[in-house]
Amino acid sequence: MRSTVCEELGDDAVHAGASLGLGPVVASPAMDAGQALADLTEISAQIESAVLADHEGSVVASTLSDEDAAKSFAEAAAELLSAADDVRTEPGSEPLVQVEGAAYDGSVFVAKDDRHLVAAVTKPRPTVGLVFYDLKTCLRMLEREEEAKAAKATKTATRRRTTKKKTEEADDESA
Amino acid sequence: MRARSALGLLAAGTALAGAIVFVRTKSAVEREHVDVYFADGSMVSLEPGSTDGDRLLPLARRAIAAARG
Repeated sequence: MRSTVCEELGDDAVHAGASLGLGPVVASPAMDAGQALADLTEISAQIESAVLADHEGSVVASTLSDEDAAKSFAEAAAELLSAADDVRTEPGSEPLVQVEGAAYDGSVFVAKDDRHLVAAVTKPRPTVGLVFYDLKTCLRMLEREEEAKAAKATKTATRRRTTKKKTEEADDESA
Repeated sequence: MRARSALGLLAAGTALAGAIVFVRTKSAVEREHVDVYFADGSMVSLEPGSTDGDRLLPLARRAIAAARG
């Protein structure tokens, strides 16, 4: 069983202070994608803006107020990820998990899981490891939220089926 | 006399080491690059001038520009 996000952040010396202040917010199971991104920019002072999208670049959530900018950013991040996938094409090579592009005026970071990608832009000379850690934490939070939602939906469906069955049985008995 | 020359030598050595560290750090930080990380923990660093670097750097610059509007 995995530890909670707060426990993981607490283990990290650099993030310990941030996690103490944001612990209850970060660990909330009811957190949505937008909240996950807001927390991401809050705990990582290096991140200017971030976007959460699917692998094709369709925006799920963004910290950018301009929707067009968010769309362009998500598409560019998806394209960067897709292009980086071609760096290793040998059969049996490990899949790509994250990319950092460093330019003179800033850096772009893209990390992905099975369903989503999260991209962030920072000022020049960021602490690479910490930014990637924060992006992965964001993806983990989202994954956890989706798992919780799926579990809740399954539970509700099972309860409905049970109630329906009981009603049918009661109807049969009365008839 | 001997102590003074030893001190001078030490100062010169420290200055040289400092200059080397400064130049190396500056050149490493200011170089554009794209680092690609894989699931097994390996990483490929692509510099401008390489085929993949020249292909990926414009995309990285475009993503940064898009995020900044």
